[in-house]
Amino acid sequence: MNEYVVILLVSFITIFLRFLPFMLFKNGKLPKTIEKIGDSLPSTIMILLVIYCVKNINIFTYNYGLPELIAVSIVVLIHLYKRNMLLSIFLGTITYMFLIQYVFI
Amino acid sequence: MNLTNLKKAFILTIPVLLGYIFLGIAFGILVVSSGYNVFFTLLSSSILYAGSMQFALIAFLKENASLISILVMTLFINSRHMFYGLTLIERYSKFNKLKPYMMFSLTDETYALICSLKDKEDYNSNTILFLVSFLNHMYWIAGGLIGTLIGNVLPINATGIDFAMTALFVAIVVDQYKTNKDHFPFYTGLFIGIASLIILGPDNFLLPAIILSVIILIIRNKKYE
Repeated sequence: MNEYVVILLVSFITIFLRFLPFMLFKNGKLPKTIEKIGDSLPSTIMILLVIYCVKNINIFTYNYGLPELIAVSIVVLIHLYKRNMLLSIFLGTITYMFLIQYVFI
Repeated sequence: MNLTNLKKAFILTIPVLLGYIFLGIAFGILVVSSGYNVFFTLLSSSILYAGSMQFALIAFLKENASLISILVMTLFINSRHMFYGLTLIERYSKFNKLKPYMMFSLTDETYALICSLKDKEDYNSNTILFLVSFLNHMYWIAGGLIGTLIGNVLPINATGIDFAMTALFVAIVVDQYKTNKDHFPFYTGLFIGIASLIILGPDNFLLPAIILSVIILIIRNKKYE
C-alpha cells in the first residue's frame, strides 16, 4: 500500500475527530451537561497531560523518575513565586537537561 | 494583523517552539532512517499534524500493519481530541472563515495554550488565538523539515529539551489551580490519571482516564443541580 494514501486516510480520521464535537453542536445550543463540563474539564485534562508527559518514568529502577520529579517541582515552585510562564519553563527545562545529561547518566 | 499581536502570540508560543522544533527534528530523523523522504514529512506534519500519531504511523508502516488496524489505532490514539473541542464550542463559534483551521489545529499543546488564555482579556482575541494555532503548526512543520534534511549533521546535544512541553503543562496546571476555587476537577484528573497509569500501563491509559473523568464530572454536576 502506498504510504501517502495511508497518511491521507489517517489524517482524515484525525480531522474528523477534531471536528466532531463542533459538528454535533453546531447550532450553538449546548446541553447543560456539556456546558458545565466545559468549565471543569480543562483542569482535568491538563493534569492528565502532565501525567501523560511523564508516563514512561520508572520509580523502581534507576533513575527512579528523579529528574522528572525535581524538574517538575522546580517549575511548580518558580511558577508559584514568580508566575512568569517563560521563566518557569526555561528554568525547569534547563534543570531537566542538566540532570539527564550530567547527573543521572 | 498588527505586530503587537504577532509579538504576543510569539512569546506565548515559545515553549511550544522549543518542544515542537526538537520533537519535529526527532520525527524528521526517524522519517529518513525509515527510508522515506521529505514529502512524507511535509504531508504528515502539515495535514496529519498529530505528534504521537505520526511516530506511531511510521512504526505501523515498518511492521506492515494492515490498513484497518492502522485506522482503528488512529481512532484510539486521537479520540482525546474530541474532548478538547467539546470545551471550546462556544469560544470557537466567534470565528467565521478561520473556524475550520482552528478546529483542525487543536493539538494537545495548542489546546493547552488556548485554555490558558481563557481568563486573560487582552490575550483572548480571535487574532491571537489564530496566530498561536498557526505558529505552533509552522514550528512543527519546520522541525520536521530540519530533521529530515539535516538531522544527521546536527552537532548539538539537546537531549531533554522536549521537557519544555511538560513544563508548559505543569505551569498551566499551577495557573488553573490558583485561579479556580473548585479543585475537584484537578484531583479527579490526578487520581484517575495515576490509577489508570498503574493499572493500564503507559501506552493505553490516557483515553480511558479522560472518559472516566468526564463521567465522574458529569455525575458530580448532576448532583449539584
